[in-house]
Amino acid sequence: MSLVEMLQPSMLRVARMYVSTAAVAEEVVQETWLGVLRGIDRFQGRSSLRTWIFRILTNIAKTRGQREGRSLPFASLAGDDLDAPAVDPDRFDTGEASSQGAWSTLPDDWTGIPEDRLLGRETLAVIGRVIDGLPPMQAEVIRLRDALGWTSEEVRNALDLTETNQRVLLHRARAKVRSALEAYLSSETT
Amino acid sequence: MGRDLTCKELVELVTGYLDGSVRGRRRRRFEAHIAACDGCTRHLLQMEATIRVTGSLTEEQMTEEQKAVLLTAFRGWSTS
Repeated sequence: MSLVEMLQPSMLRVARMYVSTAAVAEEVVQETWLGVLRGIDRFQGRSSLRTWIFRILTNIAKTRGQREGRSLPFASLAGDDLDAPAVDPDRFDTGEASSQGAWSTLPDDWTGIPEDRLLGRETLAVIGRVIDGLPPMQAEVIRLRDALGWTSEEVRNALDLTETNQRVLLHRARAKVRSALEAYLSSETT
Repeated sequence: MGRDLTCKELVELVTGYLDGSVRGRRRRRFEAHIAACDGCTRHLLQMEATIRVTGSLTEEQMTEEQKAVLLTAFRGWSTS
């Protein structure tokens, strides 16, 4: 697969976060590739090529979004649930001090689940939809990190996030995917 | 700071543990807790399984509705 084919879907999604329509996002992506061709001499290899391309992309997309008069507070992209607990608080003991915060119901043991079920088409379709439904920045961080295998530093640079924000977004996204997976797997067995 | 991590606290550190940003004493406390706690061991394994599931997604499964857009974008690119 060419670099263009490989990066294009993520680039369209990231551009779309900042601009008003899919059509404008396409223009931003095309402008980015032109910028990449024009500026490739200045690429110093200090970051990965894909990170560098995404920096150009986010700059163009943000400028374009501002020109469209879209002002996007961080929370509208990142979601307003970043402080939410990773696991439902009801799963933990609230009783005496000595046992407070310990599991009151143990998590299920997933080690017995066959890989072809865990990674089966149906499971993947469910999880794909869950990720689609996440706030856009959470969705893109988990796609780049866990689906496409980018490093945290690459994602942080590509999306212009602080180290902490990158981690919190990923943590929140993974927590929701885990919990959806738990619901799906337990509904399957009963 | 000297007291042990609770399970409820540990689950919030899993992402940092896996990416290596939980270091030193906190990392040792995390590992000591996991070694002694079945619930947290299961939780950590669930998180690793979750990452494997997301890691098995194809670009199509991530973006059903984007496919049409992508093709249009390529058409625009090759003719411009």
